[in-house]
Amino acid sequence: MIGLTHYLFVSCALFFIGIYGFLTRRNLITMLMSIELILNSVNINFIAFNKFLFADKLDGLFFTIFIITIAAAEAAVAIAIIINLYRNHHTIDVEEVNAMKF
Amino acid sequence: MLSTPLIALIPLLPVLTFALIALVGRKYFPSLCGVLGTLSMLVSFMLAATVAYDYFFLVGKVGNVYQQIIPLKYTWLQFSPNVAIDMGILLDPISVMMILVVTLVSLMVHFYSLGYMKGDERYATYYSFLALFTFSMLGLVLSSNIFQIYIFWELVGVSSYLLIGYYFDKPSAVAASKKAFIVTRFADLGFLIGILVLSYYAGTLDFQTLILRLTTPTDQLHTIVAASFMGCSALTWGLVLIFIGGAGKSAMFPLHIWLPDAMEGPTPVSALIHAATMVVAGVFLVARLFPIYAISCPPALEVVKWVGISSSFIAAVIACTQTDIKRVLAFSTMSQIGYMMFALGVSGYGGENGLGYMASMFHLFTHAMFKALLFLGAGAIIHYVHSNEIKDMGGLRKLMPVTHLTFLIACLAIAGIPPFAGFFSKEEILQAAFQSNKLIFGIAVITAAITAFYMFRLYFSIFWNKPLAPKGESHDAHEEHHDHGEAPITMKIPLVILALLSICVGLIPFGKFVSSDGAPLLTEFHIGFSVVPVLLATAGIFLARSFYMKESLAPARMADSMKGLYRAAYNKFYIDEIYLFITKKIIFNLVGRPAAWIDKNVVDGTMNLTATITGKTSYAIRKVQSGKLQSYAVYFFVGVIGFVLVFVYWWK
Repeated sequence: MIGLTHYLFVSCALFFIGIYGFLTRRNLITMLMSIELILNSVNINFIAFNKFLFADKLDGLFFTIFIITIAAAEAAVAIAIIINLYRNHHTIDVEEVNAMKF
Repeated sequence: MLSTPLIALIPLLPVLTFALIALVGRKYFPSLCGVLGTLSMLVSFMLAATVAYDYFFLVGKVGNVYQQIIPLKYTWLQFSPNVAIDMGILLDPISVMMILVVTLVSLMVHFYSLGYMKGDERYATYYSFLALFTFSMLGLVLSSNIFQIYIFWELVGVSSYLLIGYYFDKPSAVAASKKAFIVTRFADLGFLIGILVLSYYAGTLDFQTLILRLTTPTDQLHTIVAASFMGCSALTWGLVLIFIGGAGKSAMFPLHIWLPDAMEGPTPVSALIHAATMVVAGVFLVARLFPIYAISCPPALEVVKWVGISSSFIAAVIACTQTDIKRVLAFSTMSQIGYMMFALGVSGYGGENGLGYMASMFHLFTHAMFKALLFLGAGAIIHYVHSNEIKDMGGLRKLMPVTHLTFLIACLAIAGIPPFAGFFSKEEILQAAFQSNKLIFGIAVITAAITAFYMFRLYFSIFWNKPLAPKGESHDAHEEHHDHGEAPITMKIPLVILALLSICVGLIPFGKFVSSDGAPLLTEFHIGFSVVPVLLATAGIFLARSFYMKESLAPARMADSMKGLYRAAYNKFYIDEIYLFITKKIIFNLVGRPAAWIDKNVVDGTMNLTATITGKTSYAIRKVQSGKLQSYAVYFFVGVIGFVLVFVYWWK
């Protein structure tokens, strides 16, 4: 029987994979993907708690839908920024984007 | 009586002229500025004369006593219901007399400068400064409020500074202007503290109220007399401090050091500022507050008296040895102002006792005429000879007849020979001194004799002494001087007018108009009394004649026989050196340098330390603010984990 703990375990693993990717990758697109992983781990969390603890309510579900929507918008914006960045600097390496740094 | 706006116009005309010349005239019509200034001064003088006539003969008297009239009073800064700084006009005998003197002398100087300053590069600037000065001086004498007088007092100081430093490309003039400003400013500090002391206790800044409260037995008078500081009452301190301000402006010993140096300015300026008007401001100030001095605080008046007489005597002795014509005149000014001061000092208030007060004002009046004449005459001579040194002059009497005659009249007037103006006023002063203090009288008579001696030393050295050709030049050079001419007509006219005035103003029954309490003071004239001073003065003149009429070795031998004294007097009794010693050696080393050290090391040190610590710290932690997104994320993540651990295991 798959219980709450399994879901939380998956979510936790996803979260730390995301964190690891975000902290170690220098490529902006990979970092963006890592953020998506983190968001999705949260989504799984919401759904799992909703199902197992408050089965008669839909709050967690709605939250998840909102997060997916916003994540989509955010991805669009982020990719637009990255494309512009690439046009201007010919790189999407986060280490090399330091034109404004003192 | 003239309407108020017209009275207000007397000081306002010069300031308007100043603004006009300084803002517009200097650029667009520089050559007309002199005429413009002179004309506005003429109008101002005529207004002043009308006011004087109206005041003295038509409206000033109520009963038998001249009243104080305040035609204009504008509350400017109100501090509390009782204390306010007003801008107003106060007419009483002395202020009316003063506006007459100031406008007259200023008019003469304006007119004279048309010739004297002709062709000068900064001609228009010069006239704007003159107008500014005249405005300040008129404002000073008309002030109805002690703070107003202080404001104008400083304005006078500033315009004097500007005019002394007029030839600012000469380092000596720059130094002189700074010296004058600093010394008088230093004295003005005393004045300011005096004002604060008096007004704090009297609860007012208004002259009339102030005098009323501090001369009649009121609460204010009791408190100020009861309050004591270092053995003297607050009243004495206040009045003495105010007198210090006056002494600074009036070049009284030991604050006189700026006056001789102030002669670096153009000569007409010396005539206006450093002889006839500004330097008597101190006398005027004491006279303005005279009821308080005389009725409530005789000790302060003692100070005035002794400072006056010592300045008078010391200056007279120094004047005998100076060789710069303007410096001689400067010391003689100081000596004569000393006369006025001690005349105030020996005076009492009201009726017969007020003889000294009236004599002082009388001497101020006559002195303005003949001293302005002396300076303008000296200006004409300097204009002709192009030198200030007596030894470059001599034998000028045929070359400059008008100057010669007018200068002689002025010398006779200052020496106190009847019937010239100085005689009458000096006799009044001597009489007042005689009635009050025999020692003062003795010194005053000796000073009068010395005065006669050094004035005629000057006269004979300039106009006789050498054969007619000046500087022993060749015939051609002599001819050249003739072509150059004595002085332009614009310079001669003021000389003649002032000479006429120097002859006749002494005949004015001055006591009828100006006295300590406003009631006419009829002075008797004792022929017997004046014999001694006149004889002594004549002796002085003859001594000077025997020494200086012809070139001789007698003066040099005389100087040799009193070598120490002569050297000391020639070096002005080393007072400048004493000042330098005190300031440079003592104040700079003992106060200035430690203060500078504290400023550099303690005050600045604290600031530098703060800055250094901030800088070092920020340098140390700047690595944290790397601008790298991922390291921020690490910090954030570690922080969150930290919080989580805290909340889960420790907070509970």
